[in-house]
Amino acid sequence: MTEITRREFLKLGAAGTAGMALVPLANPLGFDLAAAKKRAVDLRIAGAKEVHSVCPYCAVGCSLIAYTKEVNGKTQLLQIEGDPDSPVNEGRLCPKGATAMQLATSARRVDAPMYRAPGSANWEKKSWDFMLDKLAQNIKTARDNTFVAQDANGNIVNRTEGIAFAGGAAFSSEEGYFATKLMRSLGVVHIEQQARV
Amino acid sequence: MTNHWRDIKHADVILINGANPAEAHPVGFQWFVKAKLDPTKGPGSGGGAKIIHADPRYTRTSALADVYLRMRVGTDVAYFGGLIRHVLENNLFHADYVKYYTNASFIVKDGFDFKDGLFSGYNQANRSYDTSTWAYETEGDKLPGSSGSTQAAAKRDLTLQHPRSVFQLLKKHYSRYTPEVVSGITGIPVDQFQQVAKIVGEMGRPDKVMTIVYAVGLTHHTTGGQLIRSGAVLQLLLGNMGRPGGGMNAERGHANIQGNTDHAISWEILPGYLRIPAPGQKTLDEYVAASAPKKSDPNSWNFFGTNYLNFMVSLLKGWYGNAATKDNEFAFDFIPKPSTNSSWMSIYDQALKGKMEGVILSGMTATSIGPDSNQVLKALSNLKWLVVMDPLPTTSSEFWHAPGMDASKINTEVFMLPATHWIEKDGSFVNSGRWMQWKDQVIPPEGEARHDHWIMAELFDRVKTLYKQQGGKFPEPIMAMTLDYKDPKKPELDEIAKEINGKDLSTGKQMGSFANLKADGTTTAGDWIYTGSYTEDGNLSKRRNGIQDPTKNDPTGMGFYSTWAWSWPLNRRVMYNRASADLDGKPWDTKRPGIQWDGARWQGDVPDYPVTMNPKDPAAWLPFIMNGEGVGRLFSNSMLDGPIPEHYEPVEAPIPNPLHPNQSADPVAFLYDQAAGRPNRFGKADKYPYVATSYRLTEHEHYVTQHVPLLVGLQPQAFVEVPDELAKEKGIKNGDRVRVSSERGKLEVVALVTKRLGGLKLTGSDKPVYHIGIPIHWGFVGISAEQNKDISQYWLANALTPFVGDVGARTPEFKAFLVNIEKI
Repeated sequence: MTEITRREFLKLGAAGTAGMALVPLANPLGFDLAAAKKRAVDLRIAGAKEVHSVCPYCAVGCSLIAYTKEVNGKTQLLQIEGDPDSPVNEGRLCPKGATAMQLATSARRVDAPMYRAPGSANWEKKSWDFMLDKLAQNIKTARDNTFVAQDANGNIVNRTEGIAFAGGAAFSSEEGYFATKLMRSLGVVHIEQQARV
Repeated sequence: MTNHWRDIKHADVILINGANPAEAHPVGFQWFVKAKLDPTKGPGSGGGAKIIHADPRYTRTSALADVYLRMRVGTDVAYFGGLIRHVLENNLFHADYVKYYTNASFIVKDGFDFKDGLFSGYNQANRSYDTSTWAYETEGDKLPGSSGSTQAAAKRDLTLQHPRSVFQLLKKHYSRYTPEVVSGITGIPVDQFQQVAKIVGEMGRPDKVMTIVYAVGLTHHTTGGQLIRSGAVLQLLLGNMGRPGGGMNAERGHANIQGNTDHAISWEILPGYLRIPAPGQKTLDEYVAASAPKKSDPNSWNFFGTNYLNFMVSLLKGWYGNAATKDNEFAFDFIPKPSTNSSWMSIYDQALKGKMEGVILSGMTATSIGPDSNQVLKALSNLKWLVVMDPLPTTSSEFWHAPGMDASKINTEVFMLPATHWIEKDGSFVNSGRWMQWKDQVIPPEGEARHDHWIMAELFDRVKTLYKQQGGKFPEPIMAMTLDYKDPKKPELDEIAKEINGKDLSTGKQMGSFANLKADGTTTAGDWIYTGSYTEDGNLSKRRNGIQDPTKNDPTGMGFYSTWAWSWPLNRRVMYNRASADLDGKPWDTKRPGIQWDGARWQGDVPDYPVTMNPKDPAAWLPFIMNGEGVGRLFSNSMLDGPIPEHYEPVEAPIPNPLHPNQSADPVAFLYDQAAGRPNRFGKADKYPYVATSYRLTEHEHYVTQHVPLLVGLQPQAFVEVPDELAKEKGIKNGDRVRVSSERGKLEVVALVTKRLGGLKLTGSDKPVYHIGIPIHWGFVGISAEQNKDISQYWLANALTPFVGDVGARTPEFKAFLVNIEKI
């Protein structure tokens, strides 16, 4: 059986249904499955905008095409599939990449900042301002409490020992660089991401 | 990866260790299969590449391998060491490459020794080595370097006969690794090992090439650094580094783990793998002298060492702008100088000691990751505050009401900050092959979610305001840090990408190459290895000239696709590619050229060499430009646990080390608990007779996919894999609930009885040694945990793992520890 790539498939579509008949598909049901599949794909992404992304899971770096549509002034994500132009994945995706849309539009998202006070058994919904102000004060206090300007040998070390930052394998490189720059400027020495673990 | 995913199709032999690409990197695995199906590849007259998979578990990777070796976890040094011995004793190494492209000819100082499992310079009291005897014998005057980083030339003997030449030391060291010894350590039957040795031995021919592919199955050991080095030594002997289809290729496990390692979210480095300064380095010159590689051969370019100061000053200038001047050493004092290891486990170790006030986690859950999740829970309980920036709840954001925890006794203040997903923002991801691929924003942020970098920018702004209002400790770097963005509280990632590349301050133009960075404060580069990614031509990571037109986009036919995205350094696709050609600049294998000298220029991939340097010039640089030697290191004094990889047992092992039973485990492995005065909590084989190892499944990615319904449907609940024979012995049937316990914790899950695992015959054990396989993905948060509330209390795989690390890398020993198993 000849394999039809997605790119060829769309080309065939443009040539009309007469072209489809030339494709030697296994056809035990006696009707043209390819045409039906193409119609389903067309309906799903008809008029959609094509946006390029990269899979959020492992580091193969499979390119994705995301299809979006403006519905009532809101951008709606319709579909995510492998990008056939990529020299890395050539359009292919694994089960995780193929279900990336369920991660992208999860109903399980934390929808607002949540605060848990010391000793409390509950989360409280709070404003961003509440969280950021409180946290900024915490960071300043921890920094001032644990800052070492000079070590016992008189060396200038200018380090904050009591704050740690960890993460970054899931966000963009530029965010990571920014995190490093900020944390080092705060004097933080405990900086880590997933490379070791 | 020294190479990249698509490049694997060029290999004749693919050795896979500590990895399961068919399941963990399925789409990358297509390139392995392409090599296998290509009749022009393979040993002998071809017929397809041979895949050799060494792993305790028969996986889908094994199913497509030509040879599957059932091997005990953590014994890869013995396996590679046996192959090294085979190659050396049968003269199967690539002779010219070894002589001219490695340090085989370098003479090591008198006094170097290895005896009874210990290298010279061991100090038992503080469990560390004085590495001064692991140095080269030198001669003549000191060679010029940058900023005082000089040393005399290493003595060489190009006949390789000197008894203290690296070549002879290596030969002596690995003479002990006979097939029988290898078999007794690894469990691989002698005849199978010899079958593989025969195939691998052929890969020293210049017209053949082998790749080694690995993942965290090699890194997650107290010997992780040496496990990888042993593979690299084999590759250097076979002349496979720098060549298409060759190299040492680490398959990384998260979308941007590579990018954010490069950008130094890692305690010991600054962006571009510049070392974090240490206390006592008072000036930039002292810092460079202590950090940069030193030239040890007159023909070594020592590119990194020579440019170290340029890179560091350009970084400081980028970070601190006008506050960084020649008079204040470009604000060198603004960079914090840690006195002790500050890596992942150290964070929780400090928290247990009460020295850590706050931890900020982004897309990373300490509780699940561990090691020793129960100890991590204690550490989190000991913090004043914890921040979790994540789109979804994690086992860290929810730790205070985890099963068995008493929230009323936990005084940690917890901030859950809803962050955006990858698809709600732009920016680049860098894959395992170092390809920086830009992604666009697809949809707007959901609900109140904010981008991580906007959260950080806002926080920084508020901290800065507090320092302005209240004063406080050393506010200078906070005040001086550059925020040259349209909106300093909402920097665009494209603006940051531009900053990372750096610019020429005198012209205002983007830098085109890191080779032009200067130490006089007239250039910036946030991360020098990315200089060249965002030039006056724009953001090159956005390029999309891929396989839609191979003739145009891949003119060499080698799969470089140099205008698809961008790869560091300088868009080079295969690192160390000068070593892909012989001394005259001709490819070792003309069918698979990396770069080649055409009489005037180097052609092919972006050369890892001056583009017009004639290789026949007597002053031509040696091939490896990044280290001081100019050649690949078979012997390295940069490791803290030995210059030549040696097999050591995991900290918890089923047998004493057959090579030196009195020095069984790595003598300098870092035992956090012992060092902190806490009990070690290591189990012994009498109580915990089974070797456990942990891994991922195709359907999950760490812990985040516990929130993805389709994936939870595919792999609905926690389980362990139990070998069929052992299950019979223990009366465990498929589907029974079992308790797996270590000295640190327990797991209560379903048993999957399988023939994929089996007993191994090892030296020092009269019974077969079994592995228990533990997928890592479950915990008390997520869809399955909610659906199985009554049985999900003990689902954290890392409750079992030991709190120990490799002395240098501090990778925990997730992949080899001891457990017991019983039916519940």
